[in-house]
Amino acid sequence: MKKLSRLYLILVFIILYLPILYLIMYSFSQGTTMTHYHGFTWQHYRDLLADPRMLAIVANTLLVALLSSLIATLVGTLGALSIHRTSKRVTRDVLLNLNNILMVSPDVIIGASFLIFFTTLKIPLGFGSVLLSHIAFEIPIVVLMVLPRLKEMSPSMLAAAQDLGATTRELLSRVIVPFISPGIFAGFFMALTYSLDDFAVTFFVTGNGFSTLSVEIYSRARQGINLEINALSGVMFLFSLLLVGGYYWLQQSNQRRKRKRQGAAS
Amino acid sequence: MTKRKTWLYFLPYGLWLALFVIAPVALIVYQSFFNLDHQVTLDNYANYFRSGVYLKMTLNSVWYAFLITLFTGLISYPTAYVLHQLKHRQFWLLLVILPTWINILLKAYAFIGIFSQAGVANDFLRFIGVGPQQLLFTNASFIFVATYIQIPFMILPIYNALDDLNPAYVNASLDLGANRWQTFRRVIFPLTLPGVKAGVQAVFIPSLSLFMLTRLIGGNKVITLGTAIEEHFLTTMNWGMGSTIGVVLIVAMIIVMQLTNDHEPRGGAPR
Repeated sequence: MKKLSRLYLILVFIILYLPILYLIMYSFSQGTTMTHYHGFTWQHYRDLLADPRMLAIVANTLLVALLSSLIATLVGTLGALSIHRTSKRVTRDVLLNLNNILMVSPDVIIGASFLIFFTTLKIPLGFGSVLLSHIAFEIPIVVLMVLPRLKEMSPSMLAAAQDLGATTRELLSRVIVPFISPGIFAGFFMALTYSLDDFAVTFFVTGNGFSTLSVEIYSRARQGINLEINALSGVMFLFSLLLVGGYYWLQQSNQRRKRKRQGAAS
Repeated sequence: MTKRKTWLYFLPYGLWLALFVIAPVALIVYQSFFNLDHQVTLDNYANYFRSGVYLKMTLNSVWYAFLITLFTGLISYPTAYVLHQLKHRQFWLLLVILPTWINILLKAYAFIGIFSQAGVANDFLRFIGVGPQQLLFTNASFIFVATYIQIPFMILPIYNALDDLNPAYVNASLDLGANRWQTFRRVIFPLTLPGVKAGVQAVFIPSLSLFMLTRLIGGNKVITLGTAIEEHFLTTMNWGMGSTIGVVLIVAMIIVMQLTNDHEPRGGAPR
């Protein structure tokens, strides 16, 4: 029974990883097809690096991701602070439900409704509309990451700071923000991955001139196999590994700190 | 803090709520009452309910989403269960999460290669003696790839539910003479049902709207609600009809949420 369950697990992991490994394996294959390995080459990586359009799109994607996550983290943290401060339960529940609308809506609905929104306001489609959309769908996840930390914060700490003469600004910058910073970082990280991962929303609001990696991959994949995409996926896989590693490390060090604090308290 | 300052802090978030949450939903409902000539009309809804095409497409989409959710659940529950008994489960869990960080389009693109005429899937079929088949651009390949993409999103909530389960219940059940299967059916599964529901929520709704997969893998044979919306918005430019289908999708989403949300308060013995 135990052997059987192990075997099952191994099978699931093979299925989960086979397509990704397959993709990366052929990024090192000569020729132009994703069938029958033709021998090792760096050619597709060289092509990728020599493709100015692709490099510009990578730069665009990273710019949108970083900028949108920064702004979303700022707005989301402020939002979490205000939700936390509302004393009325009903108001808080309404705010939280509104917050979660974009979390549960299907991508196409977000994309289509934002497209109507931008067109109604006559905001031109392109970098600006993509950036605004990304900020918009990243804010709720930041709020959800920051709120639990705010709940853990003891009110007596704030009262003590106020009694000792802290102004509102000092209270925020010296007490609250340092305490909730792990949540803020986690929120920023999630926002970043949401932005890098998004296809559908961007696809709707991107217009003609501007493109992100997901949209570019989609339009190239529709034309068939192109091993440059495989090389790109190799690079992106490495990048994801780094991000996951970083996130894991962040969580681990948080937990260690928590354990230490609990150890000190008992 | 003074009242005025607090209000200022709320301003950006409040603006976001108004502009990017409330306004777009209102706009998509509003737009659904307009026809191609910008006249207010109920034609889109009449069209949706009267012509069999849209209803059939909706049923089809729901059916496919159901199949995808079913297969995902059947694969994910045992996986989460076995995973939860492992020693370094945090590490293995991370390995489940990692594929979700790979761009969904790259995963879809990988399957274009795998399912192609000379691809590895056909090599395998040839090896076991079935012979090569047309795999790409079939309904089955669409379901397979969608299931593949959704598996981690089902494993995670089920795993969390298993983690929340108090092992004392399982031990008590075994001590009282239930065998392993009875324990699973009467104790473990009912207590982890919230996790399954959360997983269904995370898989079913997106499966209604996976338009990129229907294009890349399904070869436009499968039309989901998402495909129809994309088609109306970006190809035929009939935003009114697209919005109408969007409203249908929103209604479908609300129904699914209602069915899978736990309304009863979470009880149970304190641990």
